[in-house]
Amino acid sequence: MLAPIKNFFQTFMLLELFRGLRVTGYRLFTRKFTIQYPEEKAPISPRFRGLHALRRYPNGEERCIACKLCEAVCPALAITIESEERADGTRRTTRYDIDLFKCIYCGFCEEACPVDSIVETHIYEYHFERRGEQIMTKEKLLAIGDRYEAEIAAAKAADAPYR
Amino acid sequence: MTELWTSLPEDLRTVVVILLKIVAVLVPLMTAVAYTTFAERKIIGYMQVRLGPNRVGPKGWLQPIADALKLLFKEVVVPTQSDRYLFFIAPILSLGPSLAAWAVIPFNDGWVLADIDAGLLYVLALTSVGVYGIIIAGWASNSKYALLGAMRSAAQIVAYEIAMGFALVCVLMAAGSLNLGDIVRGQQGGLLHWYWLPLLPIFGVYFISGVAETNRAPFDVAEGESEIVAGFHVEYSGMAFAVFFLAEYANMILISALTALMFWGGWLSPFPESWSHWPMVGGVLDDGLHWFLLKTAFFLFCFLWFRATFPRYRYDQIMRLGWKVFIPVTLVWIFLEGVAVALKIEPWFA
Repeated sequence: MLAPIKNFFQTFMLLELFRGLRVTGYRLFTRKFTIQYPEEKAPISPRFRGLHALRRYPNGEERCIACKLCEAVCPALAITIESEERADGTRRTTRYDIDLFKCIYCGFCEEACPVDSIVETHIYEYHFERRGEQIMTKEKLLAIGDRYEAEIAAAKAADAPYR
Repeated sequence: MTELWTSLPEDLRTVVVILLKIVAVLVPLMTAVAYTTFAERKIIGYMQVRLGPNRVGPKGWLQPIADALKLLFKEVVVPTQSDRYLFFIAPILSLGPSLAAWAVIPFNDGWVLADIDAGLLYVLALTSVGVYGIIIAGWASNSKYALLGAMRSAAQIVAYEIAMGFALVCVLMAAGSLNLGDIVRGQQGGLLHWYWLPLLPIFGVYFISGVAETNRAPFDVAEGESEIVAGFHVEYSGMAFAVFFLAEYANMILISALTALMFWGGWLSPFPESWSHWPMVGGVLDDGLHWFLLKTAFFLFCFLWFRATFPRYRYDQIMRLGWKVFIPVTLVWIFLEGVAVALKIEPWFA
């Protein structure tokens, strides 16, 4: 009996609308969440899956033994590997291509690798200017690995206790 | 210089003086429009707990200039099946009235371009003409979205025009004048004598109708980007679009200024007369242009605040609010106020 009358007056005095205005009015003065991107960056997990790299052992020997587990596990079929026997009798890749347009950055290659060779680094700011540049060749991957070995090793060490 | 001036024929001098006055009103107005767009993005950004534009110039202050330049250099695309002439008349027809209405707005006691007695009627007439710009734009574009937007806008503005007209009738009954300057002078005597208190529901009806008139959120079904893309101005690009944009914001400022004039005492100071004799701050506390600008800015802020807060009304809800709530409320209030005026009851009878 009383509820419709109460409701009528509440609607008429725009009570709910004023309550809404109070919320936005309050937010006007609160701290803003915006991250000013090029100057500020969001923190990155050690498990972050960015651009790929191929690592080497400290003695300079490349880790990859061309087992092709990564090629087999890759759900996007982004990895192409060709291999042959090297002069010292070990099996090594002659070709290791990752097509970054096919890659979905799932990290399965990194999980599958028995020698921690292929990894996904923390690098996420990269671009291609010409068609074909998205194919990461063995040379490019090794170069990235050489350049960021310290960071990659640090990220691996930080994550090691949890796996 | 003075010789040159006096050597000019009398009529020419009048024209030059009038033109200079128009420039003196329009240049600050256009700057205000440009920076309203900036304020809108900034304030809505802050209310959504983000920063808003802050890259162009110091703290983003050059953003409106960058926007204007961008629109200026863009191509104006005319759809092949459109009505070429109406297509370009439409934006002009929507901007023209929103600028022309400023002729009768008093900025301070006596600071008005045209001190005409039917000022309120003139404003009402011009704000109604503005809708033709939208209807013609919808028609000339020859696009289903534009036509739908124009139809919605026409129905909406017709509905709210009536409530707005009735609200203004209440104001003129209280003031006993259609001259905007006289309406403000009728409110003299401090904060409680301004018409917002004696005409409180009418103030609400007027401001909400004003928001609906300018097609602003939450009444922006004419644009309705989630359902009809951008409504009446889908086919417009470059400067033609910019003119619509200018018209919308000029209308917002106009409605804010009218609300300040008719319900919040225009240039009148909220403080008692005696305070204006205080040393140092007396000039600020006295009546003056700054009070008018401050009040206008506050209502302009309310427009942005509403947009940041309220979701868009459904179309039938808009119609219900206009026809079944606002018009009955204003009619009843007109009757009550008529009784109060007839019995000479303060404050409705000044």
